[in-house]
Amino acid sequence: MDTIVKVESNRISSIKRRNMWNAVLRHKVLYLLMLPGIIYMLLNNYIPMFGIIIAFKNYNFEDGFLFSPTVGFDNFRYLFETPDAFIMTRNTLGYNAVFIVVNLVMSVTMAILLNEVRNRYSKRFYQSAVLLPFFLSAVIVAYLVYSLLNPDSGLVNRYILKSFGVEPISWYLEPKYWPFILVITNAWKNVGYGSIIYISAMTGIDTEYYEAATIDGARKWQQVKYITIPLLVPVMVIMTILSIGRIFYSDFGLFYQLPMGSGTLLPVTNVIDTYVYNSLVNMGDIGMSSAAGFYQSVVGFLLVLTTNLVVRKISPENALF
Amino acid sequence: MKNNRTHWLIHVIFIFCSAAAILPVLLVVAISFSSEDSINKYGYSLLPHEFSTYAYQYIFNDPHVLLRAYGNTIFATVVGTLTCMIITSALAYPLSRKSMPFRKFFTMFVVLTILFNGGLVPWYIVMKNYLHFSDNIWALVVPGLLLNGFNVLIMRTFFLNTIPGELLEAANMDGAGEFRIFAQIVIPLSKPVYATIGLFATLAYWNDWYNSMIFQVNHDNYSMQYVLQSILLNIQYLAQNTKSNNMSASLASLPQETSRMAMAIVAIGPIIFAYPFFQKYFIKGLTIGAVKG
Repeated sequence: MDTIVKVESNRISSIKRRNMWNAVLRHKVLYLLMLPGIIYMLLNNYIPMFGIIIAFKNYNFEDGFLFSPTVGFDNFRYLFETPDAFIMTRNTLGYNAVFIVVNLVMSVTMAILLNEVRNRYSKRFYQSAVLLPFFLSAVIVAYLVYSLLNPDSGLVNRYILKSFGVEPISWYLEPKYWPFILVITNAWKNVGYGSIIYISAMTGIDTEYYEAATIDGARKWQQVKYITIPLLVPVMVIMTILSIGRIFYSDFGLFYQLPMGSGTLLPVTNVIDTYVYNSLVNMGDIGMSSAAGFYQSVVGFLLVLTTNLVVRKISPENALF
Repeated sequence: MKNNRTHWLIHVIFIFCSAAAILPVLLVVAISFSSEDSINKYGYSLLPHEFSTYAYQYIFNDPHVLLRAYGNTIFATVVGTLTCMIITSALAYPLSRKSMPFRKFFTMFVVLTILFNGGLVPWYIVMKNYLHFSDNIWALVVPGLLLNGFNVLIMRTFFLNTIPGELLEAANMDGAGEFRIFAQIVIPLSKPVYATIGLFATLAYWNDWYNSMIFQVNHDNYSMQYVLQSILLNIQYLAQNTKSNNMSASLASLPQETSRMAMAIVAIGPIIFAYPFFQKYFIKGLTIGAVKG
């Protein structure tokens, strides 16, 4: 009896296997189409993922990723003994936390206000204008900031501070101003983009809500407060959670280009990404750099996984997987 | 009456925001059209004290650096964008086909690249030491920029939502092979998403300085943006080095103040001109591109 069942189940599974194989063959062109992309991702993403083990090694080129001598947690011990480890973690988390709040508030406000502009042409103009900075590279943004803050000829020192009778400030040598400069520049660059997301969410709101509210005598502000904002909350929650998932990663261009390599600013501009870059390229310290990179990748990964779980609970269609 | 006032207030707010977005760019334009003397005398200002096209004459007079950098950036942008569109869609389309075995596995293969990465160091070593993307034009095209998981997911979602399964079945019944279905049915129906991904890629290549910074040694291989960065830092560097004596005097003796701003304008020029087209597709793309799992 048992053997009959066994033979039967073997037969079924071999049929299944053959069907599977046929299905694969039927789709062979599709696999072929995927091949270049898959190969690229193997080289560009997957091999470096495994290469992350060099954080535990004293890497040298001859021995490669696999055979360089293992040093255990030494790289991490050195890294976390420096004050840099704390500073860059604090800066990364602090700036991102402020960016998330400031950009959220400003993007939503801008979207709501833009939605109130009735004239089609001015609406389009405003939207185009505020989106423009998003298309500029970090290098160009550094030029713009420099043209404002250049200590000798910059607009701020020459005109704005002068008209208030304030002495010129050496912006690139004074760390205390940079948290504000970075937050403002980041908002300047990204709020226009953020507002588009909320505007497209608002076009999805049924106009009947507003019509009913108008009939009931609700003022514009009341409509915004009791209809628009509550209906935008789910989008705000999702966007915020997604940014929290990325809170261990920074906009490298912003933190690298804007200070223009000024060493005095490092305590307030060094984030994990810039630390990894500087210790690799400028100091040639593969150990420290890869340890910091490992720290970022692993903590970042855990955060993304956690936030994705949360998103899947609230709104499955926005979850990454 | 009150309603009217709020409307005016909103316009005032937006005129302020628009000015804040545009004026810094106009400031750089104004500097580039000022005479070097007036900059030294009055500093940067939004209206040139003394109008001059000398900066542009200067940079076009010996255009070698400019042309070389422009050429590199245009090459990387054109080749990179086209390749990106092809391999992104070729990977995304099969993932949208529900009948394909192992579809879930390959989707996770793509998603994992978004969730986790090995960080800069191993990536740099693989690209530079093993694949030899170093000090050649391909280093501007291939590492990092050619394919990204987000774009694959955007395209896949688009194919899933807009290409009717019955259409593909019908084409299959009529004897069209998979490749023909993709090339002659799917691609023509998907122009909007190609435009969006192409736009993202164009921007990424045009604005890229990172690959030049980490992979290129020879100045001839720099992209436009990285040449700009070098110019910005180099003048700064000179000024800092003479800081002990008299920083403002040394800055004043450097003639390049206006010409580097002219370089910046030449670099962003194409983006500004293509901007109306860009932002239309960009906004469309964002609405298409709700990434879903």
